[in-house]
Amino acid sequence: MIANDNIKISVKSLYKDFGKTNVLNGISLDVYEGEVVCIIGPSGGGKSTFLRCLNCLEDPTSGNIYFDGVDIADVTVDINIHRQKIGMVFQQFNLFPHKTVLENIMLAPVDRKLLDKETARVRALELLKRVGIEEKANDYPHSLSGGQQQRVAIARALAMNPDIMLFDEPTSALDPEMVGEVLAVMKELAQQGMTMVIVTHEMGFARDVADRVLLIADGVIAEEGTPKEIFDNPQNKRTQDFLAAVL
Amino acid sequence: MLEIITKFGPTLLEAMGKTLTMAFYSLIFASIIGLFFGVLAVVRNKVCNVIAQIFVDIIRGVPMIVLAYFVFFGIPYACKNIIGFNLTLSALEAGIICLSLNCGAYMAEIIRGGIQSVPKGQMEAARSLGLPYLTSMRKIILPQAIRTMIPSIINQFIITLKDTSILSIIGFPELVNSAKGVVALTFKSFQVWAIVGIMYLIVITILSKLAKVLERRLSYDRK
Repeated sequence: MIANDNIKISVKSLYKDFGKTNVLNGISLDVYEGEVVCIIGPSGGGKSTFLRCLNCLEDPTSGNIYFDGVDIADVTVDINIHRQKIGMVFQQFNLFPHKTVLENIMLAPVDRKLLDKETARVRALELLKRVGIEEKANDYPHSLSGGQQQRVAIARALAMNPDIMLFDEPTSALDPEMVGEVLAVMKELAQQGMTMVIVTHEMGFARDVADRVLLIADGVIAEEGTPKEIFDNPQNKRTQDFLAAVL
Repeated sequence: MLEIITKFGPTLLEAMGKTLTMAFYSLIFASIIGLFFGVLAVVRNKVCNVIAQIFVDIIRGVPMIVLAYFVFFGIPYACKNIIGFNLTLSALEAGIICLSLNCGAYMAEIIRGGIQSVPKGQMEAARSLGLPYLTSMRKIILPQAIRTMIPSIINQFIITLKDTSILSIIGFPELVNSAKGVVALTFKSFQVWAIVGIMYLIVITILSKLAKVLERRLSYDRK
């Protein structure tokens, strides 16, 4: 393999079984610094499982995931250190309901002693401004709309100053009128050079923002290419079927 | 009735104090035991889960009166005859051990249930930020779990407070034991047991009201 400093995360033949069900059947992928990779594909095809393996929320059955030169799929590695550098945004936001918006964002950097409390507060407010909801800093998550909650979740992940951001269907649980505001934040993040891996059903967004699009089906990468190649001239039958069904 | 109150009121109040002392220490230890085994029951480790389950099953499967006799008579006997070590447990110590174990087992179940009622995504979100498991448990999961657990915990506390009366059988001079003495002196069963009943009722009612206040205070859905 090419030992390239610019590879942020490198996955080698990843397999994941849940009991007798094989969800991932050998996926290899290099994600380069500053690259935006969108993963599309049919439900149950393994997209989310693959994404969740990247920060070991699911332990892979076999395979390697190199991040910072360390195989984080190795269970003897202290995953907590590496997870600090891998931000994740969930479909269901998963904000901490007993903490205010500001506390949600400050909690991890302060607890992990990356920032002292005051610096963390300033940084959290900056991030809130960046995602456009600084006026909600002292509110509790339940008083925010879905779109606002998801933007807070993005800010919370960014507060750890991650090297890479993972998005697991970030707009799938949102009302249609709120999808745009979240995608806008993500697009801005992409333009600022953040390395991103995004599982999404927003084909327009993938076409617009992705550097590379992967179609994962039946636990393998069925096809990968630029958005133009995938959306305008898909080669694989499964890609064609999938796009015909969703577009 | 009035005569009994004036004559034996101080005795009964003192005994109530002993009941409350025993309940107080037991609840503290039970909370620690419950938290320990409750968390042990949910960690991703089969051995820990089984240990927690065995503890709960044993304590729950033995009547407290048997546990009380076992701790107060059985264990010192075994120490003396098998290990050759003279262990003397006071009735208060034995009582606290019994109640702590008993209440602890039920607390463990309440805490396990409370933790499992918090959506999985909360732990995942905390872990994805790089927080270690126990930190996530302490800062994210337990503060949320406690809110759903409060009614059950208070309920268990009330049961434990009442269960102190079972410890009268090992001779600890708590309220029921003292009341027996008063009945023996006065032969006025009806009046004495009515007074004792009302005393329990007052304390437990206060406790329930406190619980309601606490429950409201801890709710973050309040506007």
